[in-house]
Amino acid sequence: MAILQTAYIEEKFDTLQSSHPNVLLNEVRQKGFQTYQNVGIPSYKNEEWRYTPVSNLFKQSYSFSEKVSTINQASVDAFRLPDSATANELVFVNGLYNPLLSNIRSAANEMVIISMEEAANDIRFSDILKEHLGKSSLYLQDGIHALNTSFINGGVFVYVPKKVQVALPLYIYHIADTVQNPVLAQPRSLIYLAESAELKLVETYKTAGSSDSFTNEVMEVVVAGNAVFEYYKLQNDIAVANQVNTTHIRQIGKSYVHTVVVTLDGGMVRNNTNIIMETPGNEAHMYGLYLLKGNTHADNHTLVDNREPHCFSNELYKGVMDDATTGVFSGKIYVRPQAQKINAYQSNKNILLSEKASVNTKPQLEIFADDVKCSHGCTIGRLDEEALFYLRSRGIDAAQAKAMLLQAFANDVIEKIKIESLREHIETLIVNRLSVQIS
Amino acid sequence: MKEEMDVLEQTIGSEYKYGFVTDIETETVPKGINESIVRLISKKKNEPEWMLNWRLKAFAHWIKMEEPQWPNVTYPPINFQDIIYYAAPKKKKALNGLDEVDPELLKTFEKLGISINEQKRLTGVAVDVVMDSVSVATSFKKQLAEVGIIFCSMSEAIQNHPELVQKYIGSVVPMTDNYFAALNSAVFTDGSFCYIPKGVRCPMELSTYFRINTENSGQFERTLIVAEEESYVSYLEGCTAPKRDENQLHAAVVELVAHRKAEIKYSTVQNWYPGDANGAGGIYNFVTKRGICMGEYAKISWSQVETGSAITWKYPSVILKGDHSVGEFYSVALTNHLQQADTGTKMIHIGKNTRSRIVSKGISAGRSQNSYRGLVRVGKNAINARNFSQCDSLLLGDQCGAHTFPYIEAAHPSAVIEHEATTSKIGEDQLFYCRQRGIDTEAAVALIVTGFAKEVMNQLPMEFAVEAQKLLAISLEGSVG
Amino acid sequence: MLSIQNIHAAIEGKEILKGINLDIQPGEVHAIMGPNGSGKSTLASVLAGREEYEVTEGSIEFLGKNMLELSPEERAREGLFLAFQYPVEIPGVSTTNFIKSALNEKRKYHGLEPLDAVAFLKLMKEKMQLVEIDKALLTRSVNEGFSGGEKKKNEIFQMAMLEPKLTILDETDSGLDIDALRIVASGVNKLRSKDNAIIVITHYQRLLDYLQPDFVHVLYKGRIVKSGTKELALTLEDQGYDYIKEEFGATTI
Repeated sequence: MAILQTAYIEEKFDTLQSSHPNVLLNEVRQKGFQTYQNVGIPSYKNEEWRYTPVSNLFKQSYSFSEKVSTINQASVDAFRLPDSATANELVFVNGLYNPLLSNIRSAANEMVIISMEEAANDIRFSDILKEHLGKSSLYLQDGIHALNTSFINGGVFVYVPKKVQVALPLYIYHIADTVQNPVLAQPRSLIYLAESAELKLVETYKTAGSSDSFTNEVMEVVVAGNAVFEYYKLQNDIAVANQVNTTHIRQIGKSYVHTVVVTLDGGMVRNNTNIIMETPGNEAHMYGLYLLKGNTHADNHTLVDNREPHCFSNELYKGVMDDATTGVFSGKIYVRPQAQKINAYQSNKNILLSEKASVNTKPQLEIFADDVKCSHGCTIGRLDEEALFYLRSRGIDAAQAKAMLLQAFANDVIEKIKIESLREHIETLIVNRLSVQIS
Repeated sequence: MKEEMDVLEQTIGSEYKYGFVTDIETETVPKGINESIVRLISKKKNEPEWMLNWRLKAFAHWIKMEEPQWPNVTYPPINFQDIIYYAAPKKKKALNGLDEVDPELLKTFEKLGISINEQKRLTGVAVDVVMDSVSVATSFKKQLAEVGIIFCSMSEAIQNHPELVQKYIGSVVPMTDNYFAALNSAVFTDGSFCYIPKGVRCPMELSTYFRINTENSGQFERTLIVAEEESYVSYLEGCTAPKRDENQLHAAVVELVAHRKAEIKYSTVQNWYPGDANGAGGIYNFVTKRGICMGEYAKISWSQVETGSAITWKYPSVILKGDHSVGEFYSVALTNHLQQADTGTKMIHIGKNTRSRIVSKGISAGRSQNSYRGLVRVGKNAINARNFSQCDSLLLGDQCGAHTFPYIEAAHPSAVIEHEATTSKIGEDQLFYCRQRGIDTEAAVALIVTGFAKEVMNQLPMEFAVEAQKLLAISLEGSVG
Repeated sequence: MLSIQNIHAAIEGKEILKGINLDIQPGEVHAIMGPNGSGKSTLASVLAGREEYEVTEGSIEFLGKNMLELSPEERAREGLFLAFQYPVEIPGVSTTNFIKSALNEKRKYHGLEPLDAVAFLKLMKEKMQLVEIDKALLTRSVNEGFSGGEKKKNEIFQMAMLEPKLTILDETDSGLDIDALRIVASGVNKLRSKDNAIIVITHYQRLLDYLQPDFVHVLYKGRIVKSGTKELALTLEDQGYDYIKEEFGATTI
């Protein structure tokens, strides 16, 4: 058993608690730290971490929550997503929200974006924080999640008022500055969509520097009645960039949620995407693509908790594992006793391309109500030899044919990205990836 | 065409009919477990020293282990000191034949519909009967011996074929494998042993019938089947127990070894007493079953119909070591009232070109919880492994639960694995359609459930299929309001 | 054989049938027509005993028995057969086994021995020819993956097997092409006798061209507003339901 470098974390926590006097945040952090101390960093014996050895990331120590960084507008430019000039851009550096580097282009009455600390002190929002901040801890009780909660600091609060359909997408760039030393970044955000609000949110991650980065993010999203929330995540970072990302979405009114998570590159990447349907009639669509090369380890854990009747969810995750990569999928569908008339579907499809690649998948159904229609399916396989042969018989060479088929495989997920420029951007990344891979 | 309705007609309106107690003199050891009990059991069975040492080693391991918490079942803690680990029908002297078996005992098995009597020879099933802890009768021994098949109780095998037992016992399920397997290894009292020599196709179905009779006793049998190269055997296992208000523990181990081109087909109809409608009593059925396809082209097929037990915890598994070997698992698990079942399989692909198939049908009624838990693992060198899994759940009533926990791990790009699962209920419109044709609700439910389970039922030998259908119908009683 | 008196029926508190009277004698074929939402299928459901429908007033006598006291399966065993508008799929249950169960339940009810496999197969062969149904369908699960026409043929085949006293064809013509309609209709015609009766619920004339009903009733807003002979159906076909709506719409609200 390796010795984990965690002793300094306690000290950091004490410093943080004493330097930030806000009672509300102090309490949430304190609770988080208690959990962290009780359960510690999960080992492979923890069912939720069976296939992802997250404790390996703690074999070294990190600097974290530190504001000293050389990141400036010019360095952000290198990471910008397409059409960034017509988007709201939030920049986090080493886990801390940086307003100076951010560009909020929507009008103030369309969307409120303030730091978590400001929100906690603002009487308009403190009740929302009190009610919703840290609710994800009910579902995620491991030490990694608790670690983020222990260090809520420099996070952001986003509020979309009633009936506002925010036209510009909200881009969030997470930048880890590892030029000096390895960094543990722990971004935290709470997004609140009031009734009939609409928001499109895109997150992406970049490491500037060559030391290891470990981004341990928690985003909590609350979606009220009749609201529409679209969420996109693009992970295309360097091989020493590790992440545990939690996106915990609660539908507290009959609403619509659409998520697409794309993982192309990185070190050890773990995504928890949870959708909690707390009212009847919710609808959610969840998509994921992990197209891996090198040594990337990508783990997608999803949860759909149907707590009330008449909810609908559809989930499709697809993976292509090349080289020495590992893909992990764990999908849980819960149907609670009172949640009748549920339709929940889940599908996970994987292609293994290399002898050294592996995939572990665990689709789970837990049904406590009888009037439900639920199904899950998962497949692991190769490229369709017949299709490959068919293409070759029409004169397309093997490498090209393979690329075409993989693109088609990925496209089922990519086509679900409703922001056109983003979809094209990711399509290009995939085309480039596949053509590089093949030659 | 199977006579589904005829079967239903007979059985609707009846309840657990195997709940009687046989009044027979038994010999028991004191309650509880410790090293001297293990020694006592071994001594009573007049075992060789290696066997005793093996037991003691298992016991020493067991006391260091913890009861598993991961299954999706809940039950009050088991007091392992409150169990009688050895209970045997008392016999005055060694028996020379079935004629000398206690007539009470023969009556018991007649009530159960088991043909240990020679007169039922026509059914062509060789039966070994295990009551409480010991094998009481084995039929057709002579006929089987003529083709070189050894079919006897485990105790006899230890006495008469020690080299075979010593070679294979614990080779598939090591004594340290899990908590209940370790316990079994320490205190197992009997079970069936079966050895099919090279090239022999067993001419009849072999069957063991297990029955728990004595109060407060646990049953810890151990079954070992070895199929040498190019041999074939079909083996059936049935289980019943009297109704008692206390829970009783059944912790068995079954090991199957199939050598090159051998095939073992293992079928179970498990009907241990499930407890009453309020959850009082019933058997805790914590069983470790595993087979290994040692040689190439070996095949192991598990079929099970699980309707009994208060709690079932069991994962008949296949280790596909030989190239081109095949593993199959067909299961119907029905839970009603307060029953809990956590059952499934593991298919471990190690050899090249191995194939496995899993068909699991779970039916939950009443306030029961029914879980499928399965693992399909394709190892680094398992080129061209194939698996197909189908796990369907049917829910009857709104207070039960169905859970599916498949684990799929692939470490070779040539693996092709497909897993599908569905959960559904019997629709009101389906029931009304049946009723409009004159079929009442209860019969309609039985009809639909039988249809749902058909794919698995078809895997069972004929005699068992009929019994299994009856069981499904009985077990569903009172599940529709 | 069937006497419906002043039947009122409601679903979820909403009254759909508002006083239906109808007498049917053995050997007769009655057509019940009417625009969508007039209560045609509700009447079929009430007769078959669907429990969602509450009969709030009136009586139904079937073969001398109070029908409202009988469960759906008892009504079926007494000799009522409903050919469903949307036949239900029952996965895993073979059509043959299903029909055998139904037939033997009925025989048991009437104190008869169940048919053995040989007698049953013989009966099945005979009836199969009658309704021109493909043998392969009978080995498949009940209605599962059947085309619309196959489902309706299967309904008529079941009718042939169960030999009901009173058959209700609930929009059996809907969704059928002309060939399927002809086969279904000729099947029904072959099953007609002086001892049994048929209620044909339909929206259109085309099935009636084949079946030649003795009486035609027009159902509108939960009441029978007009009764006549088969010529009435032709009038309706000719003029559409609008004239019924004009004539009775105002007075029956």
